[in-house]
Amino acid sequence: MAEHVVPQKTYIWVWAALMLLMMTTAGLSRVNLGEWSTFVALAIAVIKAMLVVLFFMHVRYESQKMTWVVVIAGFFWLFLMLGLTMTDYLSRGYLGVAGH
Amino acid sequence: MHDSQVIAGEHLRPHYADMEQQRETATMGMWVFLITEIIFFGGLFTAYLVYRSAHYDAWLIGSEHMEFWIGTINTVILLCSSLFVALAVHAAQVGRNKMCALYLGLAAAMGLLFLGFKGVEYHQHFVEGAVPGSLWHLQVPDANSVQMFFYIYFVMTGLHALHVTIGVILLLVIAWYALKGRFSPQYHTPVEISGLYWHFVDIVWIFLYPLLYLIGHKKA
Repeated sequence: MAEHVVPQKTYIWVWAALMLLMMTTAGLSRVNLGEWSTFVALAIAVIKAMLVVLFFMHVRYESQKMTWVVVIAGFFWLFLMLGLTMTDYLSRGYLGVAGH
Repeated sequence: MHDSQVIAGEHLRPHYADMEQQRETATMGMWVFLITEIIFFGGLFTAYLVYRSAHYDAWLIGSEHMEFWIGTINTVILLCSSLFVALAVHAAQVGRNKMCALYLGLAAAMGLLFLGFKGVEYHQHFVEGAVPGSLWHLQVPDANSVQMFFYIYFVMTGLHALHVTIGVILLLVIAWYALKGRFSPQYHTPVEISGLYWHFVDIVWIFLYPLLYLIGHKKA
């Protein structure tokens, strides 16, 4: 299968979306969203990262399934590392320790 | 026989069947490398989260000592440089070597600008006494935990800056090749995979920016 040539216009649109998201997250950081502020900031960061991966890094157009496997595996490992570590640290206070 | 085999030219290595296979192999190899990088930075992000959950208030204080505008401007700079790199890949794909070199040069210049702003910011921390260790003289509550924030801040942004530095050198080398007319619609894998590296560096910053600069401003 031949390589996909992404039109320049697509790149510029993606860049515009990234700039818009960046301004949104910068602006929202000045607003008190309480408990949601970290969640919103990270959600916007994830969307920005996905735009970069899918369009700028061409994963959306990647015909080779093996690359998809490698990319997904990478983020899955990252998820395991963050997920298992944080479930440990965040749940340590849930149960009392015998003898204390 | 594939079409690409006919136009394979001098760049096809003997252990590949055709240009297409060579390109796909290089792309996947780069992704495997980037995954080691994701896990490498991921370990630091994990450290960040663990310490943040333990010293939440100190993290807010630390974040308030960040230079919000420098961080924001640097985010804009890196997003623009990523666009230039994407356009450079496009230029190489359609065989416009000079445009490709120009875009790569612009992206490298943006990388240097990023490093310049980072340097200004580090100097600011130094003056403020926000450098952990013997140089620390920032008067804040729970100073030890705030120092921990700054340890993690300097390690993460320092390693990221190192990646930017390597990226700038890489982009300039590839720009030089493009200027010499080395790439063609059939062969431009170096542009493509150097671009992947640069976009990865951008992604790391996309996460560093909210985690380091934005969390402290939650109380307007």
